[in-house]
Order: sequence, then structure tokens, then C-alpha cells
Amino acid sequence: MDLFEYQARDLFEANSIPVLKAKVATTAVQARDAAQEIGGKVVVKAQVKVGGRGKAGGVKLAENGDDAFVKAEAILGMDIKGHIVKKVMIAAAAPIESEYYLAILLDRSNRSFLVMASVAGGMDIEEVAHKTPDKLAKVHIDPNEGISQEKALAIVRQGGFGSDVENQVADVLVTLWKTFQSSDATLVEVNPLVKTVDGRVIALDGKVTLDDNAAFRHPEFEALIDHEAADPLEALAKERDLNYVKLQGEVGVIGNGAGLVMSTLDVVAYAGERFGGVKPANFLDIGGGASAQVMADGLSIILGDKDVKSVFVNVFGGITSCDAVANGIIQALEMLGDKASKPIVVRLDGNNVIEGRAILNKANHPLIQQVDSMDGAAARAAELAAK
Amino acid sequence: MAIFLTEKTKVIVQGITGSEGSKHTRRMILSGTNIVGGVTPGKGGQVVEIEGKSLPVFNSVKEAIAATGADASVIFVPPKFAKSAVIDAIDAHLPLIVVITEGIPVHDTASFHAHSLKVGKSRIIGPNCPGLISPGKSNIGITPADITGPGSIGLVSKSGTLTYQMMYELRDIGFTTAVGIGGDPIVGTTHIDCLRAFQDDPETKAIVMIGEIGGDAEERAAAFIKEYVTKPVVGYVAGFTAPEGKTMGHAGAIVSGSSGTAEAKKVALEAAGVKVGKTPSQTAELLRAILKG
Repeated sequence: MDLFEYQARDLFEANSIPVLKAKVATTAVQARDAAQEIGGKVVVKAQVKVGGRGKAGGVKLAENGDDAFVKAEAILGMDIKGHIVKKVMIAAAAPIESEYYLAILLDRSNRSFLVMASVAGGMDIEEVAHKTPDKLAKVHIDPNEGISQEKALAIVRQGGFGSDVENQVADVLVTLWKTFQSSDATLVEVNPLVKTVDGRVIALDGKVTLDDNAAFRHPEFEALIDHEAADPLEALAKERDLNYVKLQGEVGVIGNGAGLVMSTLDVVAYAGERFGGVKPANFLDIGGGASAQVMADGLSIILGDKDVKSVFVNVFGGITSCDAVANGIIQALEMLGDKASKPIVVRLDGNNVIEGRAILNKANHPLIQQVDSMDGAAARAAELAAK
Repeated sequence: MAIFLTEKTKVIVQGITGSEGSKHTRRMILSGTNIVGGVTPGKGGQVVEIEGKSLPVFNSVKEAIAATGADASVIFVPPKFAKSAVIDAIDAHLPLIVVITEGIPVHDTASFHAHSLKVGKSRIIGPNCPGLISPGKSNIGITPADITGPGSIGLVSKSGTLTYQMMYELRDIGFTTAVGIGGDPIVGTTHIDCLRAFQDDPETKAIVMIGEIGGDAEERAAAFIKEYVTKPVVGYVAGFTAPEGKTMGHAGAIVSGSSGTAEAKKVALEAAGVKVGKTPSQTAELLRAILKG
């Protein structure tokens, strides 16, 4: 889960990483009140989970409360790369002398954690890494050892930080590591980390990604979820514990296992090329235990998508047995009654496939068509969606 | 021959008293795996009866090894307890540890992975994987045993059901070993580890490598193939039509920006001489054509 900037800032503050005073606002009036409370010049910043908001006009300096009202009014509702701005953060403005970069992240390639530190912050760090790699320190961190004060200081020096700030930045790095670890983050990035003209080191902007797998030991994650952003069908799926992603297409897809479902999307898209460019409408992985209820929930979400013209159920029975899946489909259709109105192409293979196919044959349901191969079933579903 | 396991491998099940653990212990025994016992902390001394076998339960892996001579473990414990179960197995110097558990926090995996490197005695497969099977010999994990039999293909894949699908497509030829390495951001055994083992295994005649969008494991595997592998390799990458920026199930299956896309992986693999199929069935055809010469 990616956090908004204001959520990252709050997390930093709670972990004693130096940040500026700031408040979040959803209306221009709130923005004005916040600016007055903070006092002096403020920065009004669009809260969107996408880069390039500054260039898009989503960050503006305001002289006072009334000016913050005007600036917030302009920014709220703005469309930044498809993200509508619903909140702004009002932050105290600080006179900046230098901009730095500091991040800790999961490094998949090395199966470890990585610190990146540079005095050349504030701009595109990928550009820095590419053009002047010597200006970016990259240091691997042993997850069981973490970052001690000594290690932090060595990294900071390697990143080219001067003696005027090295101790302060090392302190931030140690605290950032504790935040990274205690929050189960996969990314904590401060860009820019700044030195103000009066010599303070402050985290001015932050990106944080949290590991959803760790939610069981972080009850506070729940409050950080952006429920508004999710597609209504995705939100409903999440409520029912289904792994669903809405796509722009006409063939509803249900399968078991993320890899197989992703492959099914590809096979449907290729088959769709022969039927006027029909595409998959969603990703839906019902996982290992495909009970009737899970199948009914999955089918009802897919049939609730008005773009869906046909459904492709693609199951390779591993742990899940095909007879359970077949029973699930039949019971799901009973539960859904008249709401089920689209043709459903079913392909079953694997564990108990003979029993599964027999159950569907016996049921002889008018909406269900069985096809034996994945390619053949995809083609049939695409053909039905194109009609 | 098979890689990483043989019919003699003695396997213990960590989490044997749980519902998943006992269900899959039964399936593994039925597919010929030499299961010798289990571990559930606090339940040591119990005996579970599964498929006519009396399996002793131990409090720790160390005790289990002392009593049974086990040299492999398969882990079914829930995410909350998975890290301590893996550490228990690492500290007992178990040569092979297969972590089936899905949903382990990546900080936990990073921690036990680093610990395992330091101790240097174990190969970890997974987490979030179906395990590995050498048809007719041994099956450590949850792969259905009856898809196909022994043969000359080695298979390595991130995804479980896609592994089953590919084994099914190539059921007429059969497999030396099929390894599901798991879809998490950090896994103990990589594509490269498996490619090296298949190259070195005299019975494996050809290799199938299945990848998925996200990360750069396939690109790194491609570089390794160019340098080390002389046996024919065919590849498949799932997620060609996945939109950017969407997470699809596996933590690994995320496309963001230009790297990690299926197309980039296909290009890298083809540059290393790997034939890449657009679908599982097409990939199977490519392999069949190679074996026919």
C-alpha cells in the first residue's frame, strides 16, 4: 500500500524524523484555517499518489491564509495524470539552502534492503543515478543487523554529505531505518531532505510503501487505506476477500492462482484479436479453496460489471478439486438466480476433472458451456463477447 | 536423476497438526514422498496417524532430525509463525527447506534469508510456492502428483497453477523435476539456481522456464543462460496484456514503468537464445519441436 505524502509525513513525525508543521485539508476554507494556524508563508500541495505534480501545477506557495484559500481552490479537483485531487496538504514554508536524497527500500535483485543517499536531491534521482552514479551512495543492509549510528555516518559520508550536516543526516537515517522496520515498509523515501538556511535538516517530502502482508500485526494500516480511490467493484471484491482488478474489456475472467489468471488474460486477449479486439474485463483469482460461496461472490462481482458480455472460468485443479469448483458454479448460479444472465464458458482440468465435468454436464444449465482446452475456451468466450 | 531431492529424501512437515499440514501430508504420502514425522512446537510427543503411517510429532526440527534422520522440511505454518519455523529449520542445518506459506511479511523473509546465508547449510525454496516434484520419486509441497510422470524436462516457475498447466501441456514427455520457486519479492531459490541444477543434471534434456511480470529475475536468468546453459531452454512469461501500475495477486506481479514488463523479459530471453511462447500451449509446442530436433 502506497501512502499519501501527508500520511508519510505523519508517520515520520510519529517516529521523530524532523518534519515541518503541516495540516491536511479537503476544502479551501479548511486550507485557509490551516494556513492561519501554521502562520506565515505556506506551501499548498496536492495529495496524489503519482509523480510530477509540481510540473502539473499541484504545488503552490501561498503568502497567507487568504492566498492559501485561493491556491487550494485551484488545486482541489485538479486532474493530475488521471488522479483527481481530493486533499491538499498545507505545510509551513522553509527557506532552503540545499536539497538531498535519502531512501531505504527492498532490493529484490539482491534479496535484501538497500540504502540510497545523495547530496544531489530534489530532482529525478534516476537521472542522478544514471548520469553521475558517484554522487549516489548505494549500500546494502543486513536485515538482522540494521543501521547503527556508525554505519549511518559511513553511508552519509559516502553520499558526499559535508561535515556541517553529516551527523544530523546520520541521525535521520538511523531513525528512518527504525521507521522502515517497525512499520513493515518496503520503501521509505525522503526527497528532498533539506538543509534550511538556519542549518536544520528536515524531511520535506516523503514516499512510503507498506507491506500488505504485514497487516496482521499493524492494526493501524486499516486507517491508511484510501477507500475512495478503489473502483466500486474492486472495493466490493476486497470486502469479500477476493483478489480482483477491474480492466477495460468484455470477457469476465475467473481462475485459480495469480499466474494462471494472468496467463488467461493474455490468452483471452490473443483470442479476442480474431473477434474485433475483445479484451479481458478483469483479473480475478479465487485462490486455493474455491467454495460455492467464493464462486458465487466472484461471479456476482463479474456479472455486476456492465461491460462484461461473457465469462470465462478457467480452473486447473490442484488443491482445489474440479468437482468442488463445478458444484460451486452450479450453486452460485442458483444463488444469483435472474442476476446471472451472461454465457459462462468453463474449462476444468486437473484434480477430479472427470467428476467436475460430469457435474456440469448433468446440470445442463443453459448459461454454461464447457470447452476442454484453455485456448479453445478463451476463443469461445471471446466469440460470445463479440456477438 | 532429479534436482534437490530424491526418492530417499526424508521429509518432515512443520505444521503437521494443522488442517493444511495434515491434508497435504496425506497427499504427499500418497504420491510416494518419504514423510518421516512432523514438528509443532508444544505438541512434541504426539503421534499422528496418516494413511497408515504413524508419524511422530516433535517440538523442534533439531529433535526431529535426531530421531528420524530427516534431511528436508516442508512448512505449512501460518504467516505469523512462519519466520520462527524457518529459523528453527535453518539452525538445525536442514539441507532443504520448502516454505509453502503464502502471505509472509517481506521483512520476515528478508530476515530468515539473511540468516540462512550466514549459517550456510540450507537451501530454502519459497515462500509462497507450490514446492517441487520429481514425478514418481518424491513430491515436497502441494503440486498434484498425477498430472504427469517422470521424463526428461526440467521446469522452473514462479507460479503454482501455471506450473500445473505447463506440466499438463507436456504430460506426454514428463519431467525430471518441476520447481515452483514462488512469487514473493524475496525467494530462497531463484530461476538461476534451478537452471544451474538442471544444466548439471544428466537426465534433464530440456528446460522450461516460466516467468511473470515484475522484478528482473527473468532478465538475470537470461544473462545466466547465455553464460552457462547449453541445454535447450524455452520460456513463457505471463502478463503481456497486464496494464501498468496494477498489482495482480503475487507481490511479484506488479508492472511499473518500463522495466519488469513481459515484453522486456521476452526480449532479454530471446537475446539469450531462449524460444519464448505467447501462451502455455504454444510454449509446449516450441519445446516439443526442439526435442524432436
